[in-house]
Amino acid sequence: MQVELTVNGGSQRHDVEPRTLLVQFLREVVGLTGTKIGCDTSSCGACTVLVDGESVKSCTMLAAQADGSEVTTIEGLARGDDLHPVQASFHEEHALQCGFCTAGMVMATVSLLDEIPHPSERDVRLGLEGNLCRCTGYHNIVRAVLAAAEATR
Amino acid sequence: MIPAPFDYQRAGSADEAIAALAEHGDEAKLLAGGMSLLPLMKLRLATPAVLVDIGRVRELSYVRDAGDHVEVGALTRHRDLETSDVLAEHCAPLRTVASEVGDNQVRHRGTIGGSVSHGDPASDLPALLLALDAVFVVRGPAGERTVSATEFFRGFLETVLEPDELLTEIKVPKTPGAGFSYQKFQRRAQDWAIVGAMAVRNGGTRVALVNMGGTPLRAVAVEEALTSGASIEEAAERAADGTDPPGDIHATPEYREHLARVLVRRALDAASG
Repeated sequence: MQVELTVNGGSQRHDVEPRTLLVQFLREVVGLTGTKIGCDTSSCGACTVLVDGESVKSCTMLAAQADGSEVTTIEGLARGDDLHPVQASFHEEHALQCGFCTAGMVMATVSLLDEIPHPSERDVRLGLEGNLCRCTGYHNIVRAVLAAAEATR
Repeated sequence: MIPAPFDYQRAGSADEAIAALAEHGDEAKLLAGGMSLLPLMKLRLATPAVLVDIGRVRELSYVRDAGDHVEVGALTRHRDLETSDVLAEHCAPLRTVASEVGDNQVRHRGTIGGSVSHGDPASDLPALLLALDAVFVVRGPAGERTVSATEFFRGFLETVLEPDELLTEIKVPKTPGAGFSYQKFQRRAQDWAIVGAMAVRNGGTRVALVNMGGTPLRAVAVEEALTSGASIEEAAERAADGTDPPGDIHATPEYREHLARVLVRRALDAASG
């Protein structure tokens, strides 16, 4: 079937099987491998992208369901060499070690700060409950999210 | 993990969805947000030949004040419930429990109707709708019928919905000023409840249990004890009476019974505060 969606501002029209998952579409058809497949069961959040501005787990959504939507992946955040404020604060606050969860964490954070621009620490911890990190113990991630919110105040 | 192949159809309206079900019968499944169905399909535990995507049927996404109750369209997302002003004013428990479902990403996609139709006893919303005596509106080729929450859930992942029927609306009684608490016990923040207990105190007291049997359950023995004048501590001791909790990797049936007693006590305490 034909699926047409906007990925990071550009139109992507491809003929795919109906069972194609959005994450497969992004990684294998469009070729954007910044979005990771972690648990593949909608638990870990590594595959988080934005669909029409809201965070979703792209391993548990069909590309067909996103037909006509605007999708943003980690590759779509920076403007040239200028990191998105959330990317910059993850860098500054050392909010990653191995980095596997980071693309999903950053995308979930962008969505969270859109819904709650000035979150409390509790808001951040609850807001990122769908994203697992096995390295950091989360403290620096929470700091980075709060710093990103502060930077845009 | 990738689902088995299927034909994909997108329904533009409730009537189109019902027509597609009438055409394909047992072979078809409705896809709303996909938060329950797609994981089952990826694990090949469900292999429908036809998937009818109702995710864009906007006519079934609403929360509106209807006098003594609130009408919630079946395709209303959890995110829209947890931010609903109508619910904040008239049915705060539904708003609260919706905010406990999964995580942000899941709540952006998942719908109340999908959760209810899936009939998972570990889900949060079915138990609340049972406690609140909600009424489900179901539409099929022969027209519309209403089903009470006590009748709706038949067994594990089993409801009264026929293969050619669509859940369209949930009528939830208003709960002005009700005391409410949902105690959800889980290992990771986003997980299903290992056991959940909720209490609604609104004149009388309703207590419902998550993941303590094949369906969401009312803790009838607890409610009866309270009516007979038992203290919260005494009544909560009856929380596991008449339940049939599963044993799995997370907990034994005995541990779930213990959790039910503790969580019911906490829920009753919190709802009375």
